[in-house]
Amino acid sequence: MRATVLVRPKAGILDPQGEAVESSLRHLGFSVSGARVGRLVELDVDAPDAERARVELERMCEQLLTNPLIESYELRIEGGA
Amino acid sequence: MTVRVAVVTFPGSNDDRDAVRALALLGAEPVAVWHEAERLPEVGAVVLPGGFSYGDYLRCGAIARFSPAMRAVREFAEAGGTVLGICNGFQVLCEAGLLPGVLRRNASLEFVCADVDVRVEQIDTPFTSACSQGDVLTIPIKHGEGAWFADRDLLDDVEAGGQVVLRYASGNPNGSVNDVAGVVSERRNVMGLMPHPEHAVDALLGAAGGRPILESLIAAAAARTPVLA
Repeated sequence: MRATVLVRPKAGILDPQGEAVESSLRHLGFSVSGARVGRLVELDVDAPDAERARVELERMCEQLLTNPLIESYELRIEGGA
Repeated sequence: MTVRVAVVTFPGSNDDRDAVRALALLGAEPVAVWHEAERLPEVGAVVLPGGFSYGDYLRCGAIARFSPAMRAVREFAEAGGTVLGICNGFQVLCEAGLLPGVLRRNASLEFVCADVDVRVEQIDTPFTSACSQGDVLTIPIKHGEGAWFADRDLLDDVEAGGQVVLRYASGNPNGSVNDVAGVVSERRNVMGLMPHPEHAVDALLGAAGGRPILESLIAAAAARTPVLA
């Protein structure tokens, strides 16, 4: 089952990468604000249904894919809710 | 009797040889340990060196913590053993949950390479017993992701517990909270720091500010090392 894990710097945590990207975009003349830079992980999960894939993905995020001190995550599962 | 200290090498470690050299210079017997080792040799302390273990993939130190050697290091630490993580070793210990907090990208987004001054805030640790309270040590740093971070609650706990052992004393090079340069675990037997004491053991090569930290570690290791016939 194809899944996407979006990892973001937690709300309220300073994101120097996001600030640098935002500043560069402004230098290019774009009117932007609130840029945040995270990470995207795509993977196939061996699970019988979306709900079980979600449970597995949550464990993966807790154990490896994110550091809960500084990052939050969002899961997208193909064909799932 | 020589004091044996393990130095763990992960794929991508690159300060392991400096750590070995520094420990030997200060009279210890360094013992190289490969990351696939499932057991540690008989040693009095463990050093996790700097570098870029597993290419810094995902997050610095995030992959190294699953190596067989790290399972052995965790057991050693849980049994009260003295463990020092330098730079990438600090990142590994944070990711492994053996130290509080996490190392983030430098606030400047730039890799910093410089001699920095750090103030010794705690001397009742196996890593600073050879120091005096308030000593300022000059030790080099070289990292892109060395901004130690803890959220407010964790930071309060760490400060209240006297776990901040080293603080940057003349300018904060990376944006760490409360100018933290090095912390110990609650039990005070595990320490991580971003500066590299192993690069600063010989005044001829620029600075010797790292000596008291490694000398303290060796003294702690000596107190623990079982007498081998």
